[in-house]
Amino acid sequence: MTGVWLAHRIAVSLVLAWVVATIVFLALHMVPGDPAELLLSTGGISPDPASVAELRQKLGLERPLLIQYGAFLAGLLRGDLGTSLVDDYPVLHEIALRLPRTLELIFAGTLLAIIIGVPAGVYAAMHRGGTFDRCASGVTALLLAVPVFVVGTLLVLLFAQTLRIMPAGGFAPFAQDPLLHLKLLALPAIAIGKGLAAVLFRMTRAAMLDALANDYVRTARAKGLAPGRILVVHVLRNALNPVITVLGLHMGTLLGGTVLVEYVFNWPGLSTPLLRAVEARDYPMVVGIVLTISVLFLLINLIVEMLQAALDPRIGAR
Amino acid sequence: MSRLWFPGAFVALILLLALAAPLLGLPDPVRQDIALRLAGPMSGSWLGRDEFGRDVLSRLIWGARTSLSVAFASALTACVIGVALGLIGGWSRGVGSLLSVRSMDIILCFPPVLLALLVVTLLGPGAATLILVLSVLYLPGFARVTYSEVLSVRGRDYVEATRALGAPTWYILLRTVLPNIAGPVLVQLSLAVAAAVVLESGLSFLGLGVVPPAPSWGLMIRGARATMEQAPLLLIWPCAALTLTILAMNLLCDALRDAVDPRTAGR
Repeated sequence: MTGVWLAHRIAVSLVLAWVVATIVFLALHMVPGDPAELLLSTGGISPDPASVAELRQKLGLERPLLIQYGAFLAGLLRGDLGTSLVDDYPVLHEIALRLPRTLELIFAGTLLAIIIGVPAGVYAAMHRGGTFDRCASGVTALLLAVPVFVVGTLLVLLFAQTLRIMPAGGFAPFAQDPLLHLKLLALPAIAIGKGLAAVLFRMTRAAMLDALANDYVRTARAKGLAPGRILVVHVLRNALNPVITVLGLHMGTLLGGTVLVEYVFNWPGLSTPLLRAVEARDYPMVVGIVLTISVLFLLINLIVEMLQAALDPRIGAR
Repeated sequence: MSRLWFPGAFVALILLLALAAPLLGLPDPVRQDIALRLAGPMSGSWLGRDEFGRDVLSRLIWGARTSLSVAFASALTACVIGVALGLIGGWSRGVGSLLSVRSMDIILCFPPVLLALLVVTLLGPGAATLILVLSVLYLPGFARVTYSEVLSVRGRDYVEATRALGAPTWYILLRTVLPNIAGPVLVQLSLAVAAAVVLESGLSFLGLGVVPPAPSWGLMIRGARATMEQAPLLLIWPCAALTLTILAMNLLCDALRDAVDPRTAGR
């Protein structure tokens, strides 16, 4: 990984973050008519002019577009995301409080998916056409088809309602009750990780089959290397790169799925204020959270690219 | 070919049920009957009644109609605009492709659900908002696929021949290029419909998609969650309908892709 390559990738990510911020800013102004009136109207009933004027004032809509844009970007650079239209609470505070919980859920789901998906893919490729391979392929198709909120709801129905061995949802701070915290984390993590586990299984299996068919694997075998060493050094290392690519590609779905899973399990991450804000048409709050998650998305993709370059020196040298 | 038949028949059956919903003589899916709240299966309502005493089977079938019409409307809109952008971009290359295809990639910077929620905040929930958001979300896919296919086709002899005959550009694009790239575009269309069904149900589940009391699978799951303890079956039916539909659509997509592109077959 060369310094120039890294600097280039970081610069690209920064430009994308700026583009994302601009789109979010422009979205409010691209809608036909007066945005303030639109945000206040419900079911075709037009709002009273006084509250429209007040909202225009609050959002700073009277100022020229460029000034508004400049103020918006300057605010972002200072870390100021504005205040909620509902209770004047600073958007940044809400995000700072809840982002760690969302990150924990994403991390747990991803970890679970890697722990299950990658070894299962390796095993299926090593025993291609066997019972495990065929069963796992069927399960994968099902896991990919069932929507994340359906899995979440059915997990609650099975483990909390019927078997009564897991809590239905909620949150307990780790410092207070570590065991309950992990128990409450388990089902949401499964719901989030299931799709990624299925994708990772498929990709690992396919990449392993590709890698196993290479000449250098045959050479290694002919040299008399131990099968375990061939698997790790020659096959897995080369198979891992496409797997990591898929991990990055799937992150958008995973971040969106988190919103649904947090809702199903009452996990107090970013989803709760986001959904409340969408319902209340609290634009600054929605923008703050959408921007945060989108930048997180860009950041994860940057990390994925760096991982790929670390694993495959050909990428970083370009 | 059998891989195409089985999921294809299942998807066709659901489509047929959804299309024929008004002709099936089903009870009104939005008529409430509080006396029959959470009633079990009985004659005239095979799957029982929901938390407002509405007929579950009727809501399942009318829900399919809602989900599929939103999904098809958005996927077709995205297809028409995306293919047009891809054709223009692939034909003009240079600045044209930058404007028509690369600019679409901006949409891919957002996680889909988040972009959808942003638009719902601005325009309010409803089927029209859903169709708009979903078609915007699937635009880049169509633009990209069409663009790369046009690039590979534009240098072929039959395109050159049509051009040498003096055919106008629109004729070459629509009558010569388009039929030759229809396969991958069709695959993309099937992927977009399946993805749209998932996203529509998710947003409706959050209460930000289809507006109640209109029937939708996502809304049915949302409603049945509250009465999970008394009537778990109410939750199972829409979950099963949704999952089986998406499973069949995914298998159909895979089979279609293999039929269009033999290189991916057997993986």
